[in-house]
Amino acid sequence: MNSEALLDLSDGEIEIVLNDLVEVHGYDFMNYSRASLKRRINRLVANDKFLSFAEFRYRLRNDDVYFKRFVEEITVNVTEMFRDTQFYRTLREEILPVLATSPLVRIWHAGCSTGEEVYSMAILLQEAQLLHKSLLYATDINPAVLEKVRAGIFPMNQMKRYSENYILSGGKNDFSSYYIAQYNAAKFDEQLGKKIILANHNLVSDSSFNEFQLILCRNVMIYFDKELQERALKLFDDSLEPLGFLALGSKETLKFSSISHKYRQVANKEKIWRKIK
Amino acid sequence: MAPFDIIVIGGSAGSLAMVLQILPHLKTDMQVSVILVFHRRSSEDTTLIELLSHRTEFEVKEVDEKDPIRPHVIYIAPADYHVLIEKDHTLSLDVSEKVNFCRPSIDVTFESAADIYGKSLMCILLSGANADGVRGLKAARDKGGFIVVQDPASAEVSYMPQQATEQLPVDLLLHDNNMDVLMDCLRSGRG
Repeated sequence: MNSEALLDLSDGEIEIVLNDLVEVHGYDFMNYSRASLKRRINRLVANDKFLSFAEFRYRLRNDDVYFKRFVEEITVNVTEMFRDTQFYRTLREEILPVLATSPLVRIWHAGCSTGEEVYSMAILLQEAQLLHKSLLYATDINPAVLEKVRAGIFPMNQMKRYSENYILSGGKNDFSSYYIAQYNAAKFDEQLGKKIILANHNLVSDSSFNEFQLILCRNVMIYFDKELQERALKLFDDSLEPLGFLALGSKETLKFSSISHKYRQVANKEKIWRKIK
Repeated sequence: MAPFDIIVIGGSAGSLAMVLQILPHLKTDMQVSVILVFHRRSSEDTTLIELLSHRTEFEVKEVDEKDPIRPHVIYIAPADYHVLIEKDHTLSLDVSEKVNFCRPSIDVTFESAADIYGKSLMCILLSGANADGVRGLKAARDKGGFIVVQDPASAEVSYMPQQATEQLPVDLLLHDNNMDVLMDCLRSGRG
């Protein structure tokens, strides 16, 4: 592939695209970090072999099917089960025992992508014998990924690594007992999926819809600028019960946000904060 | 020419020795920042940071999301994240698909740095066993960046620098005995 010959959108053209998305489709990516967004848009433009900016812009404005593809490709949907094994060990050993005292455990996975993290959580809850009284709300901006969460089917070639992650996170069972292998796919136990509630939700524009004891939003806000991060964090704060927990990705922090004074990081290196005010 | 604002170093298998040679030459009278993109396995391993810290006057830290780029700091790409640079000179992280089977990918950071820093960027590509980095060097070159590649003959694993020297003109071939030339380039802007 001759990469030099490919179309490369300028910063100004990117801004035009972002304006179009708001104006025509009502999707606001204005407060997304530009470097990553620009890279992904240019990757899409190259993959789809557009010859001019005008052609790309016309297609995006006028073709709803293509707009859907755009959202699917521009939002990052890379995730895995039990990513950051120490984080899951902390959930298992320190957070779930606290949640266990509630009559009903409500958890929100904000930006759930294809659902690997939600299923990891469902497994933890089942092993802690809490799944029967739990509800896992899984939301994403991208409707296409929610269908995948509903199906609970993940690529078989990932299972070896997920199984290793599971064991490192403190799992004691045979990981393969949670799914049925079918050719290249691993179909997860329907009992795990039963407590998952799916919804399309946009952290840019939507508001709080329930109260939770635990909210997970890991490696989602890294794509937001500070202003949008602040909006999302306020939304989480509004959606957390007193003494609830907020879990972020391993390189994210609450430290510089306006809600930080209401939270205390749990006593280890993991990125989990507890609402104390 | 003005001196460089930023050095991005990309390395894979066999590149640590050269990094350890470069670092002691960085002095705090140079107003430069460094980003180090290393292919490595686990972020929980802090020994790399300790090891590098002992060899330099600069602060060594793993990138946290939205870290501002400051002079006299060496930023290490965390395992399993791509590192990009924003216009306001902050760092952003990205967990999107691997590039060249790598995350962090050297190409991603080189390309992003080229976009923001242009002529005030120096890229250094070291020893390694895959093709990561070459595309990013081309992008840096197109934007006027200064291209340094470890001499394949002196690299522990020659494939990665070899790809670079075959595919684009290089401003400086780095080996064990011309570190002073590299430092002259850094101080004066270019060769």
